Amino acid sequence: MSLMNWIDDRFPATKMWNEHLAQYYAPKNFNFWYFFGSLALMVLVIQIVSGIFLTMHYKPDGSLAFASVEYIMRDVPYGWLIRYIHSTGATAFFIVVYMHMFRGLLYGSFKQPRELIWLFGMFIYVALMAEAFMGYLLPWGQMSYWGAQVIISLFGAIPVIGDDLTLWIRGDFVIGDATLNRFFALHVIALPLVLVFLVIAHILALHEVGSNNPDGVEIKKNKDANGIPLDGIPFHPYYSVKDIVGVVVFLFFFSVILFFFPDGGGYMLEHANFVASNPLKTPEHIAPVWYFTPFYAILRAVPDKLMGVGAMGASIVVLFFLPWIDRCKVKSIRYRSVIYKLNLAVFAISFVVLGWLAMQPVTETITTLSRLFALLYFAFFVILFITSKNETTKPVPDRVTS
Amino acid sequence: MSTANNGNNVDTGRRRFLVASTSVVAAVGVGFVAVPFLSSWMPSERAKNAGAPVEVDISKLEEGRLLVVEWQSKPVWILKRSKEMLENLLKNDDHLRDPHSENTDQQPAYAQNEDRSRKPEILVLVGICTHLGCSPTYRPEIGPEDLGEDWLGGFFCPCHSSRYDLAGRVFEGVPAPSNLVVPPHYYVNDNVILIGNDGEAA
Amino acid sequence: MKKTLLTLCGAAFIASVSLMTPMLALANEHAHLDKAPIDISDKASLRRGAKIFAENCYSCHSAKFMRFNRIAKDLDMTESEVRDMMIFTYNKKGAPTKIGSLMNVSMTDDFAKNAFGTPVPDLSVKARARGADWIYTYLRSFYVDPNRPTGMNNTVFPDVGMPNILWHQQGLQEPVYEKVNHDGVEVEELTHLKTVVPGTLNRVEFDMFAADLTNFMVYLAEPAQLQRRALGWYVLGFLAIFFVFAYLLKKEYWKDVH
Repeated sequence: MSLMNWIDDRFPATKMWNEHLAQYYAPKNFNFWYFFGSLALMVLVIQIVSGIFLTMHYKPDGSLAFASVEYIMRDVPYGWLIRYIHSTGATAFFIVVYMHMFRGLLYGSFKQPRELIWLFGMFIYVALMAEAFMGYLLPWGQMSYWGAQVIISLFGAIPVIGDDLTLWIRGDFVIGDATLNRFFALHVIALPLVLVFLVIAHILALHEVGSNNPDGVEIKKNKDANGIPLDGIPFHPYYSVKDIVGVVVFLFFFSVILFFFPDGGGYMLEHANFVASNPLKTPEHIAPVWYFTPFYAILRAVPDKLMGVGAMGASIVVLFFLPWIDRCKVKSIRYRSVIYKLNLAVFAISFVVLGWLAMQPVTETITTLSRLFALLYFAFFVILFITSKNETTKPVPDRVTS
Repeated sequence: MSTANNGNNVDTGRRRFLVASTSVVAAVGVGFVAVPFLSSWMPSERAKNAGAPVEVDISKLEEGRLLVVEWQSKPVWILKRSKEMLENLLKNDDHLRDPHSENTDQQPAYAQNEDRSRKPEILVLVGICTHLGCSPTYRPEIGPEDLGEDWLGGFFCPCHSSRYDLAGRVFEGVPAPSNLVVPPHYYVNDNVILIGNDGEAA
Repeated sequence: MKKTLLTLCGAAFIASVSLMTPMLALANEHAHLDKAPIDISDKASLRRGAKIFAENCYSCHSAKFMRFNRIAKDLDMTESEVRDMMIFTYNKKGAPTKIGSLMNVSMTDDFAKNAFGTPVPDLSVKARARGADWIYTYLRSFYVDPNRPTGMNNTVFPDVGMPNILWHQQGLQEPVYEKVNHDGVEVEELTHLKTVVPGTLNRVEFDMFAADLTNFMVYLAEPAQLQRRALGWYVLGFLAIFFVFAYLLKKEYWKDVH
């Protein structure tokens, strides 16, 4: 009786290994865009490990927090490295997740039967934004404080319950120690647990139906005599070995930022956050960290506070409905119309431009441009809904190409 | 399935070599990554500063008066002993657990002598009972009622009644197992003791 | 592949354009910031800067997240050199401040508010908050202004409460106003500062003086940067080696896949 047999009699170890790795058949034509799922999982682990070590020294108290971060940066052996891993990791997480989501848009990975994978993914994205927002409060610098002040006050725009809601979120009449302590608890354990469960659900949902691929071809439609997809290869060893290369390349870029540009030019560790929070003095230029900027631009574009909040919310909520907005049966952009390609290109460009616009000081030109690109952002979904029903598509091959 | 080799053209030797060597490099990498995380548990600069050596000015030390200073959050006693106190030390030897300080954990080499000090007149001890960590009281008087007529001066621990003489040596028949600790120290000059450092390495 | 490259190029272009903007946010509208000649690897400059900091800034400004002994360790000075340079305090028991202590000052916020109108800011991370260029330009931009309580003003930080500590070295400057044309409207503007009373240092010497101090402040804001970059090269080197193995391993297994 080998050790593995003893374990397998009591725990589905080999069964899980086979089901999810050694006998999980993935399409053989995964390209560059398919690295980002495993990279996202790795960054989650990096953030959890570096985060745990930060909580060993950080103090979630209004009078101690800012100083405790400098204590980590100066007095804790390699504390500076652990801090930069965590701050660089936050930016890396969003870059990887945005690329991962864009892959979905390119190849129709959100379409039937993968709608639930997309929904879990969208919940992960929203939870990640909340996690990052709460994490940014913790250094208790000027940008932490005032960024939180702005975002939490948005909830005040909700009619009837708005003011009570913001009081409840803050735990006080202004952002203070009560807010900091609860955001610490949420950031350190509550949301990470939620994220981990959602990621497990996301992967289980994926493995239930099988992965999509750049051609949008369902590989399960062509199986050999043993029931194995002809265009499938076992995830392990082929994609484990390929993903290792992806990990190394990612870590290379990650290390370039971490060791040589940890501030991110003021976009990752913002200048104003090196001033301890001061409730009596607002910094000249409040901007959220880069990964929130497109949504912030949409918020600022709308002249009415409540409508602005609504538009910002809608810009995220609309993404949940993508599997039902896009009615085209063809999955991959490779076989779709020029209209779709143009539409998607404009959407991607609008997203990036909106991000840039959010970082500029408010002028008339900037506001007009923000309104234009916000409209283009929403137009993507409208145009998609209208044109996808009877879209001109190229014939989709039976087997994967490259 | 799309992997149609079935072991025919697979260079298993090369594969084994590449898997092994890549694993070795990866293991080295994991080792490197572990270093900063494990190091972060070592005492921080703040902890090291709090534990840093302490200078004590003994120019105004009166004979028989116990001076207490803090070093590494522990009480350190400095006592200027009289001739009489030093002579009385010899009379205790038969009642002590470790009269010649043979347990080398309890004092540096320069304090492994009869008076357990660098200079006989000055006693330096960590004021923490070697039983369970209470701080004993200073009892210099001879033959008090509660300690008996044989008491020639020393330290008495109120928690479990352990007794030490005026060189910090523990008596037999008490719960404490060993002599009071002599901390590393040296004389910067005649008036200043530095506690926390032997001074020899400098 | 082409599509990927194009998308990445577009993103990179937009990213690089927008990297310009934070610099603008740091200056006030009318002040152009001079480029500070920072070289963290120049330890001699950092030592000069530490001395300037100790002699001119430290008694009012604290650096409360920094320890004295770190300056000794990082800048190749002995602990007694640092002690002689900047430790003149004692604790309540009369013991001299330990070399491993944080660089606090004894000035209270109330005293500062009375004397200067505002608490004196701590300088530990000031260079990361304002930027090196801001500090370098600020130090050299004081000018005589009889309307201010300190008798001086600053083009980079208008109506600043800080007196011009360095006037002795720099000398005194006066503002020069000239008529400038803005979109057809002529406006009188402060265009530059002119030295009217020379100090102990000439312009070039004072620029270097300010550069050394700014250099030190950049180091002070993040002492770990000395090790950070060095370690980075080793990490990149290791990853490059790892890449070779990982790539060969991938290629070998993917021979199976057609």
